[in-house]
Amino acid sequence: MSTHAISIALVGSGGSGVMTAGSLLLEAAGRAGLYGLMSRSSGPQIRGGEAAALLRISTHPVFCLGDRFDLLMAIDWLNAERFAAEIPLDRNSFIAGGDGVPDEFSASGAACREVSFKTLAEQGGAGIRPNMLALGLVGAAVGLPPEQLEEVARKLVGRKGEEAVQASVSALSIGAANAALLDGLERFDIGDQGSKELWNISGNESAGLGAIRGGVRFVAAYPITPATEMLEWLAPALERVGGTLVQAEDELASVNQLIGASFGGTPSLTATSGPGFALMTESIGLAVASETPIVVVDVMRGGPSTGIPTKGEQSDLNIALYGLHGDAPHVVVAPFSVSDCLFTTQWAVHLAESLQTAAIVLSDQSLGQTRSVIPKPADVSFNTRRVLQTETRENYQRYAAVAGGVSPMALPGLAGCQYTADGLEHNARGIPSSRVEDHANQLDKRRDKLTSYDYGDHWAHVDGDGPLAIITWGSSLAPVTEAVEALAPEGIVVRVIAPRLLMPVQPERMAEALEGVEVALVLEQSHGAQFFHYIRAFYAPECELHSAARPGPLPIRPGDVINEIRRHWRWS
Amino acid sequence: MVMTGGEAAETMLKPKDYKSDTKPVWCPGCGDFSVLAAITRALSALSIAPENVAVVSGIGCSSRIPAYLDTYGFHGVHGRALPLATGLKIARPDLCVLVASGDGDGFSIGGNHFLQACRRNVDVTYIVMDNQVYGMTKGQASPTTEPDWDHSKLTPHGTRINPFYPLVLALASGANFIARASSSDPNGAAKVISEAIEHPGFSFVQVLSPCVTFRPEQREWKKIVRPAPIEATTDPAAAARRLMTDDNFYLGVLYKGSREPFEPEIPARLATERELEEEFCV
Repeated sequence: MSTHAISIALVGSGGSGVMTAGSLLLEAAGRAGLYGLMSRSSGPQIRGGEAAALLRISTHPVFCLGDRFDLLMAIDWLNAERFAAEIPLDRNSFIAGGDGVPDEFSASGAACREVSFKTLAEQGGAGIRPNMLALGLVGAAVGLPPEQLEEVARKLVGRKGEEAVQASVSALSIGAANAALLDGLERFDIGDQGSKELWNISGNESAGLGAIRGGVRFVAAYPITPATEMLEWLAPALERVGGTLVQAEDELASVNQLIGASFGGTPSLTATSGPGFALMTESIGLAVASETPIVVVDVMRGGPSTGIPTKGEQSDLNIALYGLHGDAPHVVVAPFSVSDCLFTTQWAVHLAESLQTAAIVLSDQSLGQTRSVIPKPADVSFNTRRVLQTETRENYQRYAAVAGGVSPMALPGLAGCQYTADGLEHNARGIPSSRVEDHANQLDKRRDKLTSYDYGDHWAHVDGDGPLAIITWGSSLAPVTEAVEALAPEGIVVRVIAPRLLMPVQPERMAEALEGVEVALVLEQSHGAQFFHYIRAFYAPECELHSAARPGPLPIRPGDVINEIRRHWRWS
Repeated sequence: MVMTGGEAAETMLKPKDYKSDTKPVWCPGCGDFSVLAAITRALSALSIAPENVAVVSGIGCSSRIPAYLDTYGFHGVHGRALPLATGLKIARPDLCVLVASGDGDGFSIGGNHFLQACRRNVDVTYIVMDNQVYGMTKGQASPTTEPDWDHSKLTPHGTRINPFYPLVLALASGANFIARASSSDPNGAAKVISEAIEHPGFSFVQVLSPCVTFRPEQREWKKIVRPAPIEATTDPAAAARRLMTDDNFYLGVLYKGSREPFEPEIPARLATERELEEEFCV
């Protein structure tokens, strides 16, 4: 039987290797020419806690998890019930694992298939790991070619020596030989998938690559979940291209290190999450006031305070938009997908450098920690160039009022143009000043350079027409897009508007996008409806406006969006 | 190592060539005037071209110094001068980077950065003008204020907590050069600062710089300070004994370490962005 998408959840306690099995399953699917994604969910423990690899594998590119899972496979059931809300099952689903299926799962009516990893392991020699048995079993059951599974396993285990490789290969084949345990699960019909250029990349890696493509060569950062993987990828990658990553003592230090490096002429970026971002806000204002380009990527997690570090939420919108003290115009952008993390981060570097300001990228856990097999992202070049003062000049004025507001920046080393960058309000030369006219001029300069810039079509994703619109942002776009596509055959037409550029606002473009809309639904993953209030405050749409806001950590699923649309659909 | 202004400049650069035309906001008699003079004398003695010098500071009276110098400068936020200077020096190892701070900015709000900068040992020179008081906010106790100083409305009974000893902390945290100077002796201070600049790694210079407005009794410091009757030691254990028994008024270079400064790794061959992408190809 051929199918479009299969959703699989692998759960187990810490050390059971479900994340490894999930990653290998995804990689093998990619090698077989399929698309897919895997998001991670885990409990709060550092090691030994429950973990879930949530996969969706498809014959077409997928950008979010589905509404339900076809299969829940448990290496063990320890604390697995904590994921019940994140792994919706139904009568057509399968539950596979040892006995003791938690009621939270069995109540779904899914078919339970007993799989004893202990018994299966006994069929092989020493070193048989249950996660590899599970991989062989699931891989074969959904129709992935065994040679692809073996290849990805060899690649991973290879460095542990031949014995470990043999144990893995043996586990895979025992698993595959028992695939009948999952009879009834849908299978992919792996035919000739043609030659596709596919990437297997996480949102955090994608953003890291976007940073390097944008020209970033200095990163200072402090470890924080769920942004750390971006830094871990960047550390060796930056070194290879001649850049540097410094692990700073805290986020106060990291953001200030960026400002120093950027003042010296090196495009600079950091990645953090809510608590670290909050610490940085004072100095992001310094970057704005001193007109020193920096980029801060906030991989959002559940808040407030320490919140839910391992799970996502779109609730740092307010602090990103309004968290700086004083009138501090800056750039805020948000990527839509794993692939778009690359583009949007690269664009953010371009905007920060071109406009000599701070740019904030609002990614989130569900993008950052999701690994995705996607079509190779397009190569984009912005030809980024900071406006520099390159020649000695009498009476150089670092903060001169110039057309467009972006005044040439002298870098240390250029004789005759010495100036002091300052967080104190200053005059055109950079001399501290509390005079009314200097304050007014510099405020205007810092605002006008952002508002007069042409952000082009990158400002938003706008698709479709009709009187019903959904306005959304960031990672919520993917389930919206899928829902709208699913409803199209019914004749339900929904316009989708998702700004990638959140600050500065683009009232004319938004008005154009909203032309003819009678009802708009503002959809987001925040308890306080932060995006809804932002849309109302800055765009004041004249249409009927509804809020569909709910907190994390549950992802917004296409089915949730379909329900919302049906509630507001009134044109037949 | 820093870039110098070349032969012609070496004979020509005078202290005044490093001064800007901006008038300081300091009170008449403030010790910081002397420190400003000492910095310009040190730079001129080393003949470092002004455009190759960057002076970074935070917030406070002493942190106003960058604007009074005709070098590059960054007057940042309170307490964060050291991280900013760290980023700058790592990105631009060709520059001579000085950091100017005070006892509040450097030891209180910026205290952790002080310890970490000593550890990291990036080649910058940290000059802290210590007057044991917050001057800019009009006279509050700082981490180096005596516990019974009760002249602040904020701590009417004194702080009742012990001051800490920055030189001891610097040594314990790994600073590569530790010295004390006094604003009452700008020539001596200039000599110490130029030695600090020349010494590789993180150099820390505490300059006793009286606040004549909120601590007028500090005018007496000039009668108490005297050169340390010793040579700079390279032995941290000996330095620790000296600093722990120090009365905080001995001047001079007290410790010179030989740790390698922190510098980024530079690969022999740079990878292309295309090569970085290979790992993602399925």
